[in-house]
Amino acid sequence: MLSFTRWKATLILMAVFATMLLAAPNIMPQSWVDKLPRALRTHMTLGLDLQGGVHLMLQVDSDEVRRTMLENLRDDVRRVLRDSRLQVQNLGFQGNAVVVRLREGQNNELALTELRKLPQLIGGAFSTSGQYDFEVSRQGDSFVVSATDAGIRDKISRAVTQSIEVVRRRIDQLGTTEPVLQRQGIDRILLQVPGERDPQRLKTIIGQTAKLEFRMVDQSVTPEQALAGRPPADSVILYEEVKEGNRVVQQVPYVIQRRVIVSGEELVDAQAAFNAQQAEWVVNFRFNSSGGRKFAQATTENVNRPFAIILDNKVVSAPVIREPILGGSGQISGRFTAESSANLALLLRAGALPAPLTVVEERTVGASLGQDSITSGTQAAIIGSVFVLIYIFATYGLFGLFANLAVIVNVVMMFGLLSLIGATLTLPGIAGIVLTVGMAVDSNVLIFERIREEVRSGRSVIASIDGGFTKAMGTIIDANITQLITCIILFYLGTGPVKGFALTLGLGIITTMFTAITFTRYLVIVWLRVFKPARIPM
Amino acid sequence: MRLLRLIPDDTSVPFMKFRPFTFGLSALISIVTIVGFLTIGLNVGIDFRGGTLVELQTKQGDANIAELRTRLQGANVGDVQLQEFGGPNLVMLRYGEQPGGEPGQQAALRRVRALIDADFEVRRTEVVGPTVSAELVQMSVVGVILSILAVLIYLWFRFEWQFAVGAMIATLHDVMAIIAFFVFTQADFDITSIAAVLTIIGYSLNDTVVVYDRIREMMRKHKKLPVADLLDIAINSTLSRTTITATTTFLALLGLFFFGGEVIQGFTASMLVGVIVGTYSSIFIASPILIYLGLREGGFGAARSEPGEDGDGAAGKAKV
Repeated sequence: MLSFTRWKATLILMAVFATMLLAAPNIMPQSWVDKLPRALRTHMTLGLDLQGGVHLMLQVDSDEVRRTMLENLRDDVRRVLRDSRLQVQNLGFQGNAVVVRLREGQNNELALTELRKLPQLIGGAFSTSGQYDFEVSRQGDSFVVSATDAGIRDKISRAVTQSIEVVRRRIDQLGTTEPVLQRQGIDRILLQVPGERDPQRLKTIIGQTAKLEFRMVDQSVTPEQALAGRPPADSVILYEEVKEGNRVVQQVPYVIQRRVIVSGEELVDAQAAFNAQQAEWVVNFRFNSSGGRKFAQATTENVNRPFAIILDNKVVSAPVIREPILGGSGQISGRFTAESSANLALLLRAGALPAPLTVVEERTVGASLGQDSITSGTQAAIIGSVFVLIYIFATYGLFGLFANLAVIVNVVMMFGLLSLIGATLTLPGIAGIVLTVGMAVDSNVLIFERIREEVRSGRSVIASIDGGFTKAMGTIIDANITQLITCIILFYLGTGPVKGFALTLGLGIITTMFTAITFTRYLVIVWLRVFKPARIPM
Repeated sequence: MRLLRLIPDDTSVPFMKFRPFTFGLSALISIVTIVGFLTIGLNVGIDFRGGTLVELQTKQGDANIAELRTRLQGANVGDVQLQEFGGPNLVMLRYGEQPGGEPGQQAALRRVRALIDADFEVRRTEVVGPTVSAELVQMSVVGVILSILAVLIYLWFRFEWQFAVGAMIATLHDVMAIIAFFVFTQADFDITSIAAVLTIIGYSLNDTVVVYDRIREMMRKHKKLPVADLLDIAINSTLSRTTITATTTFLALLGLFFFGGEVIQGFTASMLVGVIVGTYSSIFIASPILIYLGLREGGFGAARSEPGEDGDGAAGKAKV
């Protein structure tokens, strides 16, 4: 029936008013917003395409994670067997497994028991899956310790979590505005830095693993000998890159022991500095107490022998230890520029990535283009909306005014809801709002056309209006739900700006259904009560 | 005040009579689209193909594209597309995917920037690597198919299967027409184009459902009328609404098209086309196709009663 209970009317007006409040902080000056209680400071964030900034999709090198996992597993297998005084014939990799074979006459049963202690429940003591990271099996004389799929997934997932932390620490050091860091899918990280203009700088500081190691130089063979034959079993050949500008002009080989004396994890601080004596840029660092102890011991035992500072498997420098370094601090030199020493110090402070990150997608918008987009987007939205409002008024007269009021309320509600969920407004999002304005009218058009049909079939004013609203209802719901379905799919599949578009369009459909069914109806009923019209002016 | 009325009341256009013509036209358009798609092809943007896009603004004066082209040969990134983009001092630079996987793309961008940074300010950069572009293609195809299927199921529940199939054919027709737009204008087909396609699917379905709703109502009211006449009545009685809604949507999009800036111009242009096509298809494809799908065989409305509030006599009669 054509009546509204008082509480229903109050509820509608309250809903409209509430969304107005939610939308208000978007247009207030900042000084006003600051005075509001926190809960009322709802606002939309501008997307990167509007405020400018860098969007990077990073991928954790999962192959590298898997490789490291297997290498650690091999070391564990070796350690476990050595601790039980079992002698190994050979030890190697096979797919995602470590295969080990003991010498003749060794206690194979003991080995199996010991190896079975290696697998750990994924998720530790609070594991919900009950799955283990490794599986141990015996094949004839060999033991196979293989990484399970769940174990590898878990490792990758933890590498992603850890990478997010490291990247966050690195970006924080740049002192830019709040970066967005999100896990995406299995092995990706989304990084958005609003306002950042230089993607190159960002990529430089996140593109480096920054794994720092202090290892001794193996002097039992010269690099030339090692290159000609094979380096000793405990050593590898690593290179120092001599650069001119960005070009590597020479690669100097070193024979370096595998054993790591101290690694970058034990650093507590690193700062770039200018060494006036040598007239070059250096990085000063300080170890934590255990790192300092290890470093002191190693330098005491190896005076007059060279050690190597290795960053991401490249030799930075290989100085000779002149005297024991006991203070727990030191200096890295190695043909740095002011910028590269500052970058290295930053990376060392923030810690190493568990695995390399690659940029799989990059989208950068400069602030000037963002500003242009805001201007043209707003302008287009206003002009488009005004077109629609004029046309609807010309078509339906007084009822057109009702519809227009509903459309305006509709837009305010959309902004209110978008602010409430702290949505990001993108340029396609603005397009979504404008499109909603165009289509929001549809529900009203459906109702009005029905009313007109009722009038033509000779019904009274009240019966026509009542009939119009009731009959249009089913159509409005069917028509909008089909559209909502496509929006939901778009939202779930889309990324970035497209998601923003789907969100505004979808919210617009919901608010449209609300305003057309309740708000317009309320306006019409009030008009009927106040003016008691004899005919419908359309 | 005299109100604007684009469509007079009580029209009785014999839409169904046009159906040999409109079906022929749509079949022709579809064939031309397929041929165009296979021969000319879409101008696929970097989202789906992988590659790099850089929007540049000169630091001083107008851009000299010919000179820039020669200069960029030094970057060794293969074929570089250059075009003016929204002003004489703005240039859009594009090149395809580079060898060397993800790091290869980054290295190429560094080479390009080294050549242009002195004279140009970079307004926008987009680099889409091979893994992401493959995923975006997959996501887009899945998205379009899923949304058509989801709506098909919804309509099947709410109406009869003929309506669901009819709406799906009309939707495919619209998708085809939009692809034709992209093929023949060679506008960039990227991820926002997919958003446009999905929006138009939504719009067109919305339009179709409104007409279908009326057809269903008419079928209950006039049980004896031949299907073709019945469809005509339904289309005529919703014609005013169809045009008004199409006009408002069109007007809103027009505002975006002319004033929304270069970045979303392709997006709005395809939607403008979509609104026209979507409106056309609900009248000339979605409705007449019901005749061929054997609507009314087995007596619609006899089996189930309508859950909505269809109000007066119509629903009541159907339940008899």
